[in-house]
Amino acid sequence: MSIDKRLIRKDSLEKLFDILKQNSKKIYTPVSKNGKVSFKDTVSFSEIATNYIQTTQSSKEVSFPRTEKILDYSKSSEGMSVKGIEINRFPEIILWGVRPCDAMGTGQISAIFNWDYKDEIYNNRLSHVTVLGFSCSKADEYCFCTSMGGNPGNTEGSDILFTQLGENGDFLAEIETEKGLSIVAMAPGLFEKAGEIKKEKFLANVPVKFEKEEIRKKLETFFESDHWVEQSLKCLGCAACAYVCPTCACFDIQDESHGKSGSRVRCWDSCGFSLFTLHTSGHNPRGVQSERWRQRIMHKFSYMPDRLSVFGCTGCGRCSRACPADMNILEHLISIQEAAV
Amino acid sequence: MDDLRKKARELLEASAVKVVIGYEQGTAGKTRALFAENPDDTDKLIFDSRCNLNLAAYVTKTEVKNKGKMAITATLPVMRSIIQLASESQVSDNNLVVLGITPESKLVEFGKITEVETFVHQYQIEIETTYREKLEKLNKMTPSERWQFWIDEFTPCFKCYACRAACPMCYCGRCTVDFNQPQWIPVPSHQLGNLEWHIMRAVHLTGRCIDCDACYNACPLGIPLNLLTKKMIEDVKTNFGGYQPSLNGGHLMSTYKPDDKENFIQ
Repeated sequence: MSIDKRLIRKDSLEKLFDILKQNSKKIYTPVSKNGKVSFKDTVSFSEIATNYIQTTQSSKEVSFPRTEKILDYSKSSEGMSVKGIEINRFPEIILWGVRPCDAMGTGQISAIFNWDYKDEIYNNRLSHVTVLGFSCSKADEYCFCTSMGGNPGNTEGSDILFTQLGENGDFLAEIETEKGLSIVAMAPGLFEKAGEIKKEKFLANVPVKFEKEEIRKKLETFFESDHWVEQSLKCLGCAACAYVCPTCACFDIQDESHGKSGSRVRCWDSCGFSLFTLHTSGHNPRGVQSERWRQRIMHKFSYMPDRLSVFGCTGCGRCSRACPADMNILEHLISIQEAAV
Repeated sequence: MDDLRKKARELLEASAVKVVIGYEQGTAGKTRALFAENPDDTDKLIFDSRCNLNLAAYVTKTEVKNKGKMAITATLPVMRSIIQLASESQVSDNNLVVLGITPESKLVEFGKITEVETFVHQYQIEIETTYREKLEKLNKMTPSERWQFWIDEFTPCFKCYACRAACPMCYCGRCTVDFNQPQWIPVPSHQLGNLEWHIMRAVHLTGRCIDCDACYNACPLGIPLNLLTKKMIEDVKTNFGGYQPSLNGGHLMSTYKPDDKENFIQ
């Protein structure tokens, strides 16, 4: 249930942006470059991309950066000294223009980073992020949020969800959290009283393509299936799928040293790489791509729901759009559902 | 492309090859690789202007190679890749049959890879005008402007290595970036790590890159990284008389001539 529902005029969005900027907020919005739309620290409202289905990358990077320092170290004759980073100094960030399937992904990544150990760095970064979601009025054939429990107007993960009421229409603002209320408090005049508004007819139509619990059940006995080899022969083994994914959270730890001092950094990694599971002995328990592809699907649709009670997929379709070899996850999930056991 | 389907079917029916690598209709209007292992699979083979994935990237993949003798649908860039791979002992007549597609989209059959070489040598690698203009623009920049240009372009790179995966010449079992003892190239995606990766990639491909643009087409972020390889092709042309993949051509960056005109090498 929303805390409050308000109406914001189409022309007032720019005013809202400017007011947030005047309050020295960092605002990350979708920006178009080289024909791809990505979240960037934005100075002016006019930079914000319009007319796209989905950003190429998810917005996960603001709370889980591709590369982040976790400690500094230095060696001397007295021994080693280690200094952690200041986790209370992360900037306040407003994510503007997040699609519901992306906002929902925050729940999955948070589940991973709080499974046993509570990751202070991640949690602190996230606590400084305010998500302004925007519902989808358009979808493409890669979209399947409705099969993953979401929908084009899902409020989950957004602090405020904006839904445009028709082309060139005004916006319904569903205020979901305290953080959302604090945004309204900065520009109270822009958020007008909303009457009874039904947003559903303004949302994209995304038909349900499969039953996720059926896939999960199927996977219990699917580990040895020939399907994995058939599906993955064309996979080139890059990490495009993992790095654009709103729920992939695997990382590598690297030490970057400069003489006697250096930093330990956490950086994205992917189960699609052969190096991911390579042992020091030379043995690789996932020696071929079919085993790596199986891991990707099993992790998202079997292991995560078993361990964390969430599926590791929001149906955003980014992996399929980004794949240079046309590994289409929706096609593969449907074929798993239809396969004879 | 009935000729292609017919020939592919013949090869599989006669058990001359175990798998035919070609293109099939993919999702959302895209095309993708097809691995036809039984004759009826060949009905799915297609060929049109959308087929720009360089299929030669698959012939060095363990899972594909392990199927046995392969046939490959090969456009001119794919044929060039095959010649370069053959010269590097990665493929041979023993494990590969080439089903050539001419620039006029006609099927051309080859008995041996040497015949592919003869065919390929009718055509020169030419940088397209639009890219030539882009390179010209880069050449005219001051070093600091050029530096800023590449910093801006490489900043979005998150090192998914789709460029490496899609490149037929990047077949190393273990890439330099995957070493951590010692670590040659920083693993994380940051300014230095990204810059070193892209420079190393371009230099490793110098005198080997056949200008197919597979790296650029694969990049999910649309980074114009093929400008680097194209620049190297232009430089090779200016300084070494150009590049044409050939079976006995040696390799530009690893060949030493005792009578080299540069005396630092002697």
